[in-house]
Amino acid sequence: MTATPELSYVRILPEIILSICGIVVMFVEPLLPQRGSHKSLGVFSFVGTLAALIASLYQTNYPGWGWFNMIRVDEFSVFFHVLICAISAVVILASFEYLETQEIRGGEYYALILFGTVGMVLMSSAVELVLIFIALEISSIATYVLAGYRRRAATSAESSIKYFLLGSFATAFFLYGVALMFGATGSTSIYTISSALQSGQVTLGASSVPVSYSLAYVAVALMFVGLGFKVASAPFHIWTPDVYEGAPAPVVALMSTGPKAAAFAVMLRILFGAGIDTSKAWFWLVWISAALSMTLGNLGALLQSNVKRMLAYSSIAHAGYLLVAFAAVIAPNARDTGISAAIFYAAAYAAMNVGAFAVVSHFARHGERYVNFEDYAGLGKRSPILAATLSIFLLSLLGLPATGGFFAKFYVFNAAIKSDLIWLTVIGLINSAIASYYYLRLIVVMYMYEPQPGEEKLQLRAAPGLTAALVITAIITIWLGVRPAGVLDYATRGASRLLPSFQQSSNLSR
Amino acid sequence: MLHTILFLIFAGICVAGALNFLLQRHPVNSALSLIVVMGSLALLFLLLGAEFVAAVQIIVYAGAVMVLFVFVIMLLNAGEEERTRGSRVALFLGVPGLIALFGLLCWTLSASRFQLGQVQIGGYYVPTQELGIALFREFLLPFEITSVLVLIAIMGAVVLARKERP
Repeated sequence: MTATPELSYVRILPEIILSICGIVVMFVEPLLPQRGSHKSLGVFSFVGTLAALIASLYQTNYPGWGWFNMIRVDEFSVFFHVLICAISAVVILASFEYLETQEIRGGEYYALILFGTVGMVLMSSAVELVLIFIALEISSIATYVLAGYRRRAATSAESSIKYFLLGSFATAFFLYGVALMFGATGSTSIYTISSALQSGQVTLGASSVPVSYSLAYVAVALMFVGLGFKVASAPFHIWTPDVYEGAPAPVVALMSTGPKAAAFAVMLRILFGAGIDTSKAWFWLVWISAALSMTLGNLGALLQSNVKRMLAYSSIAHAGYLLVAFAAVIAPNARDTGISAAIFYAAAYAAMNVGAFAVVSHFARHGERYVNFEDYAGLGKRSPILAATLSIFLLSLLGLPATGGFFAKFYVFNAAIKSDLIWLTVIGLINSAIASYYYLRLIVVMYMYEPQPGEEKLQLRAAPGLTAALVITAIITIWLGVRPAGVLDYATRGASRLLPSFQQSSNLSR
Repeated sequence: MLHTILFLIFAGICVAGALNFLLQRHPVNSALSLIVVMGSLALLFLLLGAEFVAAVQIIVYAGAVMVLFVFVIMLLNAGEEERTRGSRVALFLGVPGLIALFGLLCWTLSASRFQLGQVQIGGYYVPTQELGIALFREFLLPFEITSVLVLIAIMGAVVLARKERP
C-alpha cells in the first residue's frame, strides 16, 4: 500500500510548492525597501498558489496513498485542493489594492496566506487524525494572525484575540475527540477506525477487544464541536460577526471560505469516510445544528447595519444550508447526492463570498470607513460596474436562478427531500425567503438611494488585481449557475471515492 | 496498589493546581500553580510508563515554557487582574453546559469500561527507542509539518508584536 518515495512526494506536491513559496517570501521581504505594500511579493505568491493549483491537477494522474497511509490523493482531495488554491489566489489578487490603501506592509501577510493554505489543503487530503489536527492548527493560527493585521484599528485586535481564544478552546474539543476516538478504536487513521467500527473489534497485538460505540459517538460529537466552530455553524457561531467585522476584508474573504471548505472536507472524511455514517447518533446533532445555523444566521443578518456583519451572519446561515446536505446522507438512496451537494455548495459559496468581500474590501477605503449600508447608497450611479458585480454575488448568495447559489441550494434541498427530511427542507426554504430581505435591501440601497452629500464624486476605480479577482469570481459564479454539470460530476466522483467501505457499512448501526 | 495510591495523590494535586491557577488573581501565582500542574502531569505520565513524555513534560513545559511565562509577566509588569462581573449568559448556559458535558464524559467512560479492556497502571512500558521509530517512520509527515506550524506561530508573534510605522 505504501508508495515509492518519489510518488509520496507527488502526493504532497502542492503543499511543498506552497511552503517553499512562503519561505522565499519570508527571506526576500527584509531585502526589499521598508515602505510600500510589497506588491512584487504578492505577485510571486499569486504565481505560487497557481503553481500549487496546477500541481493539484497533476495529482489526478497519481491517485493513491502516501506517507504510511497518512495522505490519500483522490478526486475528493483534488477537488478541495483546487478550490482552496483558487480561493487563496483570488484573495491575494484582491489584497494588492487593499494593502496599499490601508498602508499595510505586505511581506508576512502573503507568507501567512501561503502557509495557511498549506494547512487548509493538507486538511483535505489527510486521512489521519493527528495530521488533520496539525493541519487544522496551521490554518487556524494563520487566520488568527491575519485577522489582527489592521494594526491601527482596535476592532482588528479585538477580532484577532477573540478568534484566537475561542478558536483554541474549540481546537481543544477536537483534540479531546481525537483522543477518545483513539481510546475507542485503538487507531487515529480514519480507515482503520472505519474497519474497527464495522467489525466491532479492536485488535491489540494478539488479542482483540470489542469497540466501545458510546465512546466513539462522544468522540465524534467532540470533534464536531471543534469543526463546527471552524465552519461557524450554530451553536458555535457567536464569534463570527465580531471577528469578521474587525478583520481586514480580504482576510475575511479567505477565512470565510478557505478554512471553512477545509473543515467541511474533514467533517465529510470523519463522518462518512470513517464509516460512522449509518449510525443515527450524529444525525440529530447535524440536524439541530443545521436548523439553528440557518435560523439564527438569517434572523441575525436582518438586524445588521454593517455590511461585513451582515455577510458574517449570512455565512453562518450558509454553513447551515451546507449541513442540511450532511443530514441528507442519512438515507441510503441519497448518500452520493448528499455528499456531492455538500462539495458543490462549498465551491459555489466560495466563489460568491470571495467576490462579495472583494467588493467590500475595495469600497471600504482607508481605515475601512465605508462599511455601513448607508455608505452604499447610490453606488449604482457612482460606479455601475462595481455595483452590478456586487449584485451578482448578492443574488447568488440569495440563490437566484442562473447563479451558482441557485444550483448549490437546489442540490442540497433535492438531497434533503430525497431522504425525507421534509421539516429541514421547509425550515431551509423559509430561511431562504427571510434571507432575500437583507440581500435585496443592499441592492435597493445601491440603486434606489441617493448618495450621501459630499460622496457623489468619490473616486471608485478598481485596480487591475482587484478587477481580475472580481472578473474571475463573477465568471465562476455565473458559470456554476449556467453549466453546473461538470463541477457536479467531479464532486460526485469525489463523493464516491470518499466511501470505499460504503457497501459493507450498512450493518454498522446497532 | 502502590500505583493507584500514587495516581490518586498526583491526580489530586494536578486538579487542585489547575483550580488554583484559575482562582488566583495575580499572574505570578497563576504561573506558579501551572508549574505544579505540569509537574504532577509528568508524574502521571511516568506512572503510565511513558518515561520520555514525562521527561519532555518537565524539560519543555515546566522548564522552558514556564520560565518564558514568568519572564513575560515580569517584563510586562502585569498587576493583579481586575474582576469583571461576568456575563449572565455564561452563568446560566455555560455552567449547566459544563456540568452536562462533564457528566456525559464520566458516564460514557464508566459505561464503556468493560469494553475497553483491563490495563494495569504501570503495565505498559514504551521505551524511547520505539517512540523514536514511530515518530520518524509512520509519523514522519506530521513531524515535518509541525515545523510549518512552529514557523507560522513565530512569524505571527513577530507580526503582531512589531511596532507599526506611522
